[in-house]
Amino acid sequence: MTKHSLKWGALALALALPFSAQAHKMWMVPSATNVSGNDPWVTVDAAVSNDLFYPDHMPVALDRITITTPDGQTAKPENALTGQYRSVFDVHLTQPGTYKIAAVNGGLFASYEVDGQKRRWRGEAAAMSKEIPSNAKNVEVSESINRVETFITNGKPSDGALKPSGKGLELVPVTRVTDLASGEAATFQLLVDGKPASGLKVMAIAGETRYRNAQDEIDATTDKDGKFSITWPHAGMYWVNASTQDDKTGLKQAKVRRLSYAATLEVLPQ
Amino acid sequence: MRRFSLTLPAILLAAPAAAADLNVTVQIPQLNVAEYHRPYTAVWVEREDHSVAAQLAVWYAQKESKEGAGTKWLPELRQWWRRGGRELQMPVDGVSGATRPAGDQKLSFHEGKAPLGQLAPGKYDLVVEAARETGGREVVRVPFTWPASEPQQLAAQGSSELGAVKVDLAP
Repeated sequence: MTKHSLKWGALALALALPFSAQAHKMWMVPSATNVSGNDPWVTVDAAVSNDLFYPDHMPVALDRITITTPDGQTAKPENALTGQYRSVFDVHLTQPGTYKIAAVNGGLFASYEVDGQKRRWRGEAAAMSKEIPSNAKNVEVSESINRVETFITNGKPSDGALKPSGKGLELVPVTRVTDLASGEAATFQLLVDGKPASGLKVMAIAGETRYRNAQDEIDATTDKDGKFSITWPHAGMYWVNASTQDDKTGLKQAKVRRLSYAATLEVLPQ
Repeated sequence: MRRFSLTLPAILLAAPAAAADLNVTVQIPQLNVAEYHRPYTAVWVEREDHSVAAQLAVWYAQKESKEGAGTKWLPELRQWWRRGGRELQMPVDGVSGATRPAGDQKLSFHEGKAPLGQLAPGKYDLVVEAARETGGREVVRVPFTWPASEPQQLAAQGSSELGAVKVDLAP
């Protein structure tokens, strides 16, 4: 291990801690996106990794997960567990329609110096003034909201669970989000704080990256209405990601707000 | 075929609104596999915009269980499910039924009568989709123009989960 790589390791860790979705990919993969029958269940894996969709780095914290039911209410993840590399939970689909499963991470990240030593801190706003010493210098604070989602439809699709919260970077499906098929184009809209996000770069990567030698990214850019389209080259689970930053922080000490969004979408064969 | 479609509009105008027939033969192939289950199969009429003009048949396992063993797997008929299968409340009288064995499955539909009902004159696909547990899935389409001016035999050939799909139109 050379000094050089140690330095890189520290940098990578520093980046990974506050913005893990940017350094690595955070994802949730459902066992099915279209279900039917009298008592449908779906099991979901939730993890942070580089390769899609292989859990090999960190699990997603279960307390960050919200299941929105077709009627706009929330349901509890069932049979949940967190392992070394992934969290697992079941969704009991007791209502007909489309469910949204979201993992939202966020908070404040600060770097500062005390007695010439560089320090880092992350946490919630309430704790910041207590945990960062009053003699700290060069305090730089940023805010982040990272949203990771996936969707499941029981029977006929519905829109009740798809309303954006109006906070951070979010996706609103234009094409039915659980109706994606290979060779067909699908359109989505990205919003920042509920308003169309134009000119954002969007990247889609198909899963099973282990079994090919390139990421094979599909790139798109949102138009003036925040809309973008992707034509799926083949069937599979895709990770669709976008990120941006602005200065609309919720805390005056924070100068930058970093926003990211990722969805796992299933594309079925024709 | 070409001559037909050229002369069709004139005949359409002249033809009285007679009850036409749509007869379908779906060949379910005999497969030599270790584990065989009869395929889930759906038959429907699709408009050019892929919307469903008529749901003609859906065959699925009729056994009952807590999770609805039969209906649980209906989304495996992926095209059918997406195009409108999921809009139906199973069972559907005259449409849904038990899975069928290998061989030629003959179906007859009459204009004006359920489940075909009235088809507006135009171009359609007769679509058959089959999905088999531990097996494959296949969709076969037979394009046709409705109503036919004279008896017409159309067909398309499946390659794995379906054999020949024949459509006989009677004016």
